[in-house]
Amino acid sequence: MATAVAALPRPSGLLIRRVLRRQGWTIAVHVLLLVLLGVSVAIKPDYGAFEWSSLALGALPLAFAAVAQTVVVLGGGIDLSVGPLMALANVLAVRAMLGHDFNYALVASVLVLLAVTLAGAVNGAAIVITRVPDIVITLAMSFVWAGVALLVLAKPTPGVPVEFQNLAQGSTGSPWIPNAFLVLLIVPLVWFPLKRSRLGLGIYAAGSERNAAFRSGVNISLSRLLAYAVGGFFAAAGGLALTMTTGIGAPLAGNYYTLSGVSAIVLGGVSLAGGRGGMLGPIAAAYILALIPADLIYLGIDPNYGQMIQGVLIVLVVMAGGLGMLLRRR
Amino acid sequence: MIGTPARTMRVLQQHSIIVLLALLLGLALLIEVIRPGAVNANWVSNILLFAAPLGILAAGQTLVVLTGGIDLSVANVATAAAYIMASQSPYGVWRSIFLGLLVGVVVGVINGAGVSVFKVQPLIMTLAMGLVVTGSLNVYAQAFARSVPGVPDVIHVLGGGTVLGYVPVSLFLWALLAALLIVGLRSTGYGRLLFALGDNPEAVRLAGVRSWQVLLANYAACGLLSAVAGLVLAGTVNAADLGLANVLLLPSVAAVVIGGTSIFGGSGSYSGTVVGALILTVLNSVLTLLDVPDAVKQVLYGAIIVVLAAAYTRVLAQD
Repeated sequence: MATAVAALPRPSGLLIRRVLRRQGWTIAVHVLLLVLLGVSVAIKPDYGAFEWSSLALGALPLAFAAVAQTVVVLGGGIDLSVGPLMALANVLAVRAMLGHDFNYALVASVLVLLAVTLAGAVNGAAIVITRVPDIVITLAMSFVWAGVALLVLAKPTPGVPVEFQNLAQGSTGSPWIPNAFLVLLIVPLVWFPLKRSRLGLGIYAAGSERNAAFRSGVNISLSRLLAYAVGGFFAAAGGLALTMTTGIGAPLAGNYYTLSGVSAIVLGGVSLAGGRGGMLGPIAAAYILALIPADLIYLGIDPNYGQMIQGVLIVLVVMAGGLGMLLRRR
Repeated sequence: MIGTPARTMRVLQQHSIIVLLALLLGLALLIEVIRPGAVNANWVSNILLFAAPLGILAAGQTLVVLTGGIDLSVANVATAAAYIMASQSPYGVWRSIFLGLLVGVVVGVINGAGVSVFKVQPLIMTLAMGLVVTGSLNVYAQAFARSVPGVPDVIHVLGGGTVLGYVPVSLFLWALLAALLIVGLRSTGYGRLLFALGDNPEAVRLAGVRSWQVLLANYAACGLLSAVAGLVLAGTVNAADLGLANVLLLPSVAAVVIGGTSIFGGSGSYSGTVVGALILTVLNSVLTLLDVPDAVKQVLYGAIIVVLAAAYTRVLAQD
């Protein structure tokens, strides 16, 4: 539908409306993020570089989780093992880095990226080969990867080189430019070239209309496998981000990120039906989800309410989305 | 085409429950081989005891999956129902049981409203409601309870008691619910509507059915069954903590899938789910006997579920 619309010549006055219609949700999410930031500054007048960088730090693993899930969902699947994959990357990294220096840690993290990308590809291969629905396979694989993570490291262990942690924890130039934002640049660096390539187009095609894509010569199996592998890569990046931000390897840290990652993509306007959506919305949504507990703390409310409020927010947003669709159809 | 293997295959495809029962017997045999004498009346009693909460939880899941949905909040609901029941029991046991069940119905109704009226994808709706339930439960636990609450005797007997030495009390409840579900799905209008909704919602709408009412009732039933499962489980382990039923989320979906209900809806049965729940419980027993670390058990459990689901989809479900 989108391509048909784009192919017609249009008067330029309609351009704004078209951008609004196609990017409306993404814009709304960014506005919500700005409003929440405004609220934070209002309730905490001395909101400064420290709070800013701790927000960047707190949201970093979640942003990667959201990106990982987005790639898979764009390809028409869903990966309920994103959290355990992140935990796996986290413990593999810590296990490898223990007692070594920074350079060794860098090499180790490249290997971890490769290993967990492979783990994501295993998920995809299992789905493509067995033809069992994505949700069943990845739910089962979440047990497998969580178990493997426990085998790698039985309990939370510190021992990450400080320089490696500073890749995310410090700041560059000004305290207002925390490194955590710079680490996130890996997403456009990987995703934009991919999205422009044949392979990336295949992911979108496999997610939107599988039959049509197949008949146009897209290799569906390969595209779905690729989506899971790229999802695995970003989950690995998320696990490394977790390693940088927390400085420990925690085999059980993952579960939170499966749920929150899915929450972030829904809030970010990616259709779970696949094929539709971008990266900006989910990333902004990840910051929203990280900002809520912070704001609660500034307000002096028990952060235990955070999970509840996150859930309620998502329920309200998706219900509003559904209602909007119903009204538009009338 | 009409050779004996082909015909056997077709019979097996039409009566896949035979294969499932064979698999169940095979697993029991495996246990007997690993440790001779392990399969006895006591073992069977234990299997049934631990299969009952899972079977009841998977009953709700079956209802929802038949309509083409999925409920990822069942484990959270079961945990919340059990915890609230236990923490309220000092103020009256029956009242606390009622409150526990009420939690399930309320969450189910909200899930149902989201899915049927607001057209939210079931996965998202139930995932988010799971977050809400767990978050609210944590807040409740912080505010009202200082320690892990005890389980009242009635519930302990219901979930963990046995009669005649071996027959678990929970088996009676499970059997009753199973009979209701199997008969209800097969021969009531409501049951047939569930299959129809999973098969072709558009046709159901054109036939003049108010599908939103059916879905709402269905998710409410799923919530209620999850709450019942939570109470039974609390009785079985004789404790109600904040993570009581969380381990049962994957098994509840796996039991449905292994039992032959299509995850896309429209076909399946609760009898299959019952056998699925038994298979998963026996599988757990096998893994326990293997005497390997928990982490390895977890890996094997997940991998075996993938293999079982794959075998099912590849061999039995192809037409």
